[in-house]
Amino acid sequence: MKKIGLLSGILATSLLFAACSDDGAEGAGEIEEGKPYVAVVSKGFQHQFWQAVKKGAEEAAEEFDVSITFEGPESESQVDKQIEMLQAALDKKPDAIGFAALDSKAASPLLSEADGKDIPIIAFDSGVDSEIPLATASTDNRAAAALAADKMAEAIGEEGKIALIVHDQTSVTGTDRRDGFKEQIESKYPNIEIVDIQYGAGDHLKSTDAAKAVMQAHPDLKGIFGSNEGSAIGVVNAVNELNKKGKITIIGFDSGKQQLDAIKDGVMTGAVTQNPVGIGYETVKAAVEALDGKELDKVIDTGFYWYDKNNIDDEEIQAAVYQ
Amino acid sequence: MNIDTVVNEEKKKLGNSRIPSGAIQQILAFASLIALIIFFSLASGSFLQYSNIIGILLSTAVIGILALGATFVIITGGIDLSVGTVMTLSSVMIGVIVVDGGMPIWVGIVGGILTGALCGLLSGFAIAKLNIPPFIATLAMMMIAKGLALVISSAAPIYFSDHPSFTKISLGSITPGIEVPNAILIFFIMAIIGGIILSKTILGRYNFAIGSNEEATKLSGVNVNFWKMSIYTLAGAFTGVAGVLMAARLNSAQPALGQGYELEAIAAVVIGGTSLSGGKGTIVGTVIGALIMSVLTNGLRIMSIPQEWQTVVVGLVIILAVYADTLRKKD
Repeated sequence: MKKIGLLSGILATSLLFAACSDDGAEGAGEIEEGKPYVAVVSKGFQHQFWQAVKKGAEEAAEEFDVSITFEGPESESQVDKQIEMLQAALDKKPDAIGFAALDSKAASPLLSEADGKDIPIIAFDSGVDSEIPLATASTDNRAAAALAADKMAEAIGEEGKIALIVHDQTSVTGTDRRDGFKEQIESKYPNIEIVDIQYGAGDHLKSTDAAKAVMQAHPDLKGIFGSNEGSAIGVVNAVNELNKKGKITIIGFDSGKQQLDAIKDGVMTGAVTQNPVGIGYETVKAAVEALDGKELDKVIDTGFYWYDKNNIDDEEIQAAVYQ
Repeated sequence: MNIDTVVNEEKKKLGNSRIPSGAIQQILAFASLIALIIFFSLASGSFLQYSNIIGILLSTAVIGILALGATFVIITGGIDLSVGTVMTLSSVMIGVIVVDGGMPIWVGIVGGILTGALCGLLSGFAIAKLNIPPFIATLAMMMIAKGLALVISSAAPIYFSDHPSFTKISLGSITPGIEVPNAILIFFIMAIIGGIILSKTILGRYNFAIGSNEEATKLSGVNVNFWKMSIYTLAGAFTGVAGVLMAARLNSAQPALGQGYELEAIAAVVIGGTSLSGGKGTIVGTVIGALIMSVLTNGLRIMSIPQEWQTVVVGLVIILAVYADTLRKKD
């Protein structure tokens, strides 16, 4: 009995704590009576990128006077958890749904269910591989990576050896950025050779060690492309640890404080950023337009920007990057 | 029955004394390490460069220290699945204390290590006093630490950019003449401390006794619960130290990292010859195991082996290492 008392005490305390911190880690937002309700289920939550998407969604909610909820699983491998979130969102009888699928096939029964209830679905980020969503608000990752490849070529004088540190080999963003970069180099810059592609899971530490190994194996390497924040920071760390600042050109992707600092310090040449705030904003805006019965374009390109030392403080860049 | 008879009984059961058998396993692991080093140096001229060797040792430091702590726990016959996220919680705690709280760096470091120790103590309490199996108790701690790391950091990384001296803990060098990053020194110092605790102190003695035969140890009058909690707390403190090194090397506390590191740490311990069924293991073995893991990863990367195959190879090495161990036991 004593133990059960103790246990329920612990449980009660932790629930109390959880209840007190109103901006809990899993989801945010609340449904307000009378306003149209858009449930947004994203691919992640804790990463800065998703926080920026959320910010954009909230801005649109404010502007168009709708209420939203925004939630996502802890990691991009938790397909099942995301399905549960989508199910829960459907149970709340939303007027529209914003959804970025981790696994489109796994989500398809629920999407059909929503479709049957005439709930409009707007896909975002890597989108949903299905005919059901009315529109997809996303970054063209291949085109964005091709821009990164052009900038790399320009920085190293269109010749020499380069390598890629990519965040993973299965997700759409990972493969699109890798292939977009690779194809651009192969088709436009015959004198540039990609000597290695390594994967660091977007983990800063693993990406650092991977980039260091690549630099050891190829002492004449001229540049490295890091395909997301963690990968790019890993490359920056590797260059700093091996004292190769200025000898290796680094092109990054996304943003975050360390990447911004590296660009300002000159360790990193520049990076391509998506427009996460724009992704969130366009998703909710499209949902509102769908509710108003407007026709939507199938693909809403939310855009991407190249930023470096020269334009990092511009307004449009500052709105797209996150600290 | 006192504690020495317990240990002796166990030695008899094993058929030979522990020390020589441990030595065989260590020699085997060490020989594999040397074989790998020779193989990779022949395969790539870049492998044996000084900067690459430093790189390998630096990449061993974090996982290595986690593995040192895990060695104690695994020798009790337990397991600690929480080390990855507890390490993250420790590093986030340093960020909260130093960056958000404006306290001196040393307070942050002490706070980070204490956070690790406290998590270990809680796991130990759940295991010893609430009788929850180690697998479940530390699985729960893994989740708790992960959640808390996100809560106290508001799910955002904390940067130490305004504290330029902090990163020196990992990347600075105090060795005169040659530049060896401090993280490497700290790893070896922690290994020496761990080795002394395991082989020269009463905690180390009871650690082996509990792992060999917990019931008999209890009957011989040892407060098994107390020592188990102490062992998990000690392992937690090691995890905290790893958290310090991780944060210092990345110059930031990343609340979303850490998961998965526990499995690499456990793999290093097992490759080093520590038995998952408890009662047997050495610190030297764990150091060699951790080095084997990072030499493998680095060497395969230098050879530009695709990442998918790197993971397969590491998996095969773990099987081989443990198989060699079981073969030896059969003899």
